[in-house]
Amino acid sequence: MTYADRWLLPDGVEEILPAEARPIELLRRRLLELYRTWGYDMVIPPLLEYTDSLLIGLGRDVDLLTFKVTDQLSGRTLGIRADITPQIARMDAHSYKRKGANRLCYAGHVVHTKPKNPLATRTPIQAGVEFYGEPGLPADAEVVSLLAESLRTAGLPRLHVDMGHVGIYRALMAKVDVEPAQKEAFFAMLQRKAVAEIEQWVADNIKTPAIAKVLLALPGLAGGREILAEARALFAAVASDAVTAVDQLAGIADVIEQRYPEIELYFDLGELRGYHYLTGLVFAAFAPGYGNPIASGGRYDHIGEVFGRRRPATGFAVDITALSKLGLLSAEKGTLIGVVNDGSSDQWAAIGALRAQGERVVSAESKAELAGLGCDRELVKKDEQYQVVAL
Amino acid sequence: MSDMITIALTKGRILEETLPLLAAAEILPEEDINKSRKLVFATNQADVQLLVLRGADVPTYVQFGAADMGISGKDTLMENGAEGLYEPLDLRIARCQLMTAAIKGAATKPGRIRVATKYVNIAKQYYAAQGRQSDIIKLYGGMELAPIMGLADEIVDIVDTGNTLKANGLEAREFIADISSRLIVNKASMKMKHVRIQAIIDGIAQAVNAGND
Repeated sequence: MTYADRWLLPDGVEEILPAEARPIELLRRRLLELYRTWGYDMVIPPLLEYTDSLLIGLGRDVDLLTFKVTDQLSGRTLGIRADITPQIARMDAHSYKRKGANRLCYAGHVVHTKPKNPLATRTPIQAGVEFYGEPGLPADAEVVSLLAESLRTAGLPRLHVDMGHVGIYRALMAKVDVEPAQKEAFFAMLQRKAVAEIEQWVADNIKTPAIAKVLLALPGLAGGREILAEARALFAAVASDAVTAVDQLAGIADVIEQRYPEIELYFDLGELRGYHYLTGLVFAAFAPGYGNPIASGGRYDHIGEVFGRRRPATGFAVDITALSKLGLLSAEKGTLIGVVNDGSSDQWAAIGALRAQGERVVSAESKAELAGLGCDRELVKKDEQYQVVAL
Repeated sequence: MSDMITIALTKGRILEETLPLLAAAEILPEEDINKSRKLVFATNQADVQLLVLRGADVPTYVQFGAADMGISGKDTLMENGAEGLYEPLDLRIARCQLMTAAIKGAATKPGRIRVATKYVNIAKQYYAAQGRQSDIIKLYGGMELAPIMGLADEIVDIVDTGNTLKANGLEAREFIADISSRLIVNKASMKMKHVRIQAIIDGIAQAVNAGND
């Protein structure tokens, strides 16, 4: 092992140094405080738990993202959480069961076996909310609003929110009579909006002209508010469930437009992110300067089922690490008071008083040391009084 | 990512077929790309710039969001995966086929097979789908030499006219995929700069369709 090998961190594994750590921590606190004011109770789930409870139908993607170790005590497999949502689902279904709505929030590290996208960290810090027990539009509108507030808190100047509804794809696919392997192929093409392949696939697999027309249009049903009307007209002849989904989407969009007119809403009816566990609305926030979602969420009504409690659920997670890369977070001015230790109890008392006011005070053994510590002021004794003076 | 739209192009032969398509979307480079050694080019549209890259690097730039859009061969997209990308348009240029090839007349080797290719992932998947175990040897060029020298039993490569294969005593065997250049778009760019990007896609699509009618 060479010297270099010893200090290198694994690819995608990050340590956060003071210049970033402080703003990240401030943002984490502000977000949790924001969620508290909205009535969300904070929980601290464990870093690892049995894969049996951690990998509950979030699909193969999350399974692959999860580091696993064998528990020496039980012989069972433990997973290090790659996503906190299943942990909250377990709480809502079992350890923190409530009759009515359950609003919970969290913040912490998750760990990924491989980066979720190029250059992403494998140890991101996430903050998020989960809202259990309310099936309707007001709950969806509440979490999207809270997402908007979260990013406002983070100081994002321009916010793009992307909305879709997995019910649309589900309703359309229910009308398509092809092998599961063929459906999977279509799913992959739609995710890439690979129009050329989709045209070929539809020609090969779909005999009903009305359905073919809708499937061909699906990758293009993305854009501003106007596409919802277009979609409604297209879907009406084919799948009434898809029309219902579009109406839900429009309903949520109405609320968000009214509450947050500054948000640029974008609709993508072919958006399939999290399709395997989402049941309704799917949304994500994007910020100029970052090529991946800064926050994402949706509705996942079946998630508690494996724990014996199927409840409506909706929520989102904000990627705090990604937000910190946008350079919006600034630490407070780095004020620091230095003091040369004279060993007197009066000095000790004066230092204590300053610290009680929230000032940062460091002591050194000589004046020369103070500048190196980054002090901008100094505590000195003048006329038998301890006073703070500029350094 | 600013309000600028950055389009990554593949240098070389494909570029000559690409520029007329961009012109159809009213994007014209300010200077002759072929006569310059620059890598970034301004265009007649103040908010559109062009990058000229090696083909294999185009999806990387677009995936990372360093470019909003790009033009890339389907072979590169298949080989590197296309996560985080949309490929909304088949440009129908630089068309060829991805094939397996072996020495002319040679019997197909039973059992485990050695395959030389620069498309490591595609080859692995293709042979697995055929129910064959394969050992893949990554080469960077001149695939035809590998079977001749006994390095590999078969090769996987793009075939245009088939003349190179013929000249080296090889023959194309099985068809894997049709290849052509695709317009690719970063997913986040598509969502944030939708109006602008869609207009460019529509402009190019019109030219592509006109060329085929």
